[in-house]
Amino acid sequence: MVSTMSVLGTWIGVFFTLSIFSFLFKDNPFYKFAEQVFIGLSAGYGLIYLIYNVLIPNLFHKLIFDFSHNVILLIPATLGLMMLLRLIPSLQWLSKYPLAVVIGTAVGISMLRYMQSDFLNQLTATMINPLAGATKVEIVGNFLLIIGTICGIYFFYFSRKKEGIYSVPSRIGIWFLMISFGASFGYTVMARVSLLIGRLDFLLKDWLHIIK
Amino acid sequence: MKIDSQTERRIIFIVLFIAVMLPLIFPIGWTSEVSPHVQMTYDMVDNTPEGSVVLLSFDYDPSTATELQPMAISLIEHAWKNNQRVIATALWPMGVKMADAAFQELLLKYPSKESGVDFVNLGYKTGGMVTIQAMGRDMKSVFPTDTKTIPYEDIPLLKTVRSLKDIQFVISLSAGDPGIKQWIMGAHDMFGVKVAGGTTAVSAPGFLPYINSQNQLYGLLGGLKAASEYEQLLGIVGPATVKMDSQSVAHVLILVFIAIGNVKAYKKRNSKKEGK
Amino acid sequence: MKRTIPLLITFIVGLIVISSEFIPHRPFSMINSTLENWYLSISGFAIVLGLLSLVQVNSSKVYHKAENWQYSLASLVSLVVIVIFGVLWGMEDQRGILGNGEAISAFIGKKPFDYLFDNGITPLSSTMFSLLAFFIASAAYRAFIIRSFESNLLMITAVIVILGRTSFGPMLTSWLPKSLSFLHLPNLTDFILTYPSSAAQRAILMSASLGIIGSSLRIIIGLERSYLGSDE
Repeated sequence: MVSTMSVLGTWIGVFFTLSIFSFLFKDNPFYKFAEQVFIGLSAGYGLIYLIYNVLIPNLFHKLIFDFSHNVILLIPATLGLMMLLRLIPSLQWLSKYPLAVVIGTAVGISMLRYMQSDFLNQLTATMINPLAGATKVEIVGNFLLIIGTICGIYFFYFSRKKEGIYSVPSRIGIWFLMISFGASFGYTVMARVSLLIGRLDFLLKDWLHIIK
Repeated sequence: MKIDSQTERRIIFIVLFIAVMLPLIFPIGWTSEVSPHVQMTYDMVDNTPEGSVVLLSFDYDPSTATELQPMAISLIEHAWKNNQRVIATALWPMGVKMADAAFQELLLKYPSKESGVDFVNLGYKTGGMVTIQAMGRDMKSVFPTDTKTIPYEDIPLLKTVRSLKDIQFVISLSAGDPGIKQWIMGAHDMFGVKVAGGTTAVSAPGFLPYINSQNQLYGLLGGLKAASEYEQLLGIVGPATVKMDSQSVAHVLILVFIAIGNVKAYKKRNSKKEGK
Repeated sequence: MKRTIPLLITFIVGLIVISSEFIPHRPFSMINSTLENWYLSISGFAIVLGLLSLVQVNSSKVYHKAENWQYSLASLVSLVVIVIFGVLWGMEDQRGILGNGEAISAFIGKKPFDYLFDNGITPLSSTMFSLLAFFIASAAYRAFIIRSFESNLLMITAVIVILGRTSFGPMLTSWLPKSLSFLHLPNLTDFILTYPSSAAQRAILMSASLGIIGSSLRIIIGLERSYLGSDE
């Protein structure tokens, strides 16, 4: 029976795969059905994992089995339930309190981390001695890194109109951005093709058994 | 003969479909050159002492498994070859399944590896960067149990791990947010833990500025190509390597499309000029 | 009042979190780590809220027989089925309220939840994203046209990277002498990615971080209030 169910499982997978691929011809009921099933299954999956991996071990289990040491967890539990009140129009305002706690924490942490990682550390990493490179290629690269970063940031400075000589660094910044977008396009091609290979591998291996 | 744009599109789709399929059926066997960022990741794992506890975060889902699952398998295998012990966590709910699948596949090759001793799956947590920061203070408060509901304190592997600082390195296999970025910010820049990453090719260029003099990132695997390079370094012909022929043929085909598109645009421009 | 108190809470919580970075001692450090753990649970409820909202929207479509309501029903049924499977028999090593469902697992080879994941979610999600391969091929043909100096730069870089990241690309330039090894396709690709491309990405990162810091400050001091919704 297990092998029958396994074969059935593969056929279900094939049905969904071909239903989604049918969109390439044109939008059709098979695609729409598969799309909605995907949304439903993913949402259900998320809910179950949230319950088993987060809410039970980190909240309910502690509150039920070790209440005396975890009384304080009644606060996040209450705030969490208040969050759900957003669905009831007359009590919607109560959901603003947990939202305030979540936003306050997230924003405070984000601000600090972005300041350190994406600003200060990136700034320090740009302040290098370009001549310290081991090879000529590295030295050229280091100069490009410094010039590109400065001109790129200058390009994103929108508070003042850039005219005449002031537009030159901005123009250079655009060149660097174009190079980067070109590289990103190349990598995007690579990523998308990989995903297609994965699906064809499934069809040829698991379904048609053409390849091992 | 004039072909309308809809038919043109469909021809492109069919040609791409065939170009990707044929090398899967008839492999060519091209080999790759290892790029520096893959080598850096390999060296980081290789230079980590035996018995160390390392953490792999599975921050992706099946949609990007073709690119990231081979990386996960290679990285765990490399760690196990060096007798390192692996903790798996997930910032994406489906990452838990991806981790389990990787361990199950490798257990066939390494049957002596024991759950709770050589590896453990701690499961999924919400919260992204905030959760990573909390792990830096106290792992047990974030992961009271593993996915088998075994309490943290009863898992032998975790006896020496109080916080992220007791972990030798973190590798985030990430398909988006939360993922590598949050691990760099929370684990490396806050607690000084070594962080490397494996990511989908589409995100890879955006993470390269983190490979810098500040060592925010110790290495990066970007896409299927990098996964195949890692397999090559390990001396195995894995799932990424066998798919690289298709990948290469498809890349060449896309270049052909770009060339044809440009010739067509050039001709169109010229005929417009002549028309004037 | 319904907005003032939440604004005040955001301000105080944000201030505590920021203060604890500079004063890593009690009580700030303790309050901060407590807030981090609460965040884990409350954000969990936020996800539940999102899912309930999805159910609400789809149920309403089905109830009112809106256009294409049948698809909303498919979405609801799949959600309910996978949730019931998960609650009753759990998943993988996790027990459900009826235990591990040994009988049903013996029948289908794995737990029903896992069966739906392997044969439903996995093919659906990976195929959905693989469609993009076709669209990017079509985009490469239609839109990747040389028009100006900037588009030339974009095109040349893309071509080098696309070729450099194949197994076949290195063969094209393997004949180059050692003195010109930097022009070898994989080396050229690495150079582009490590230096000029990284420079631009770094500029984006740094500029975006300034934006994030600014908007975070606006939220903490209460200038930005849109996250609280309307005054209702």
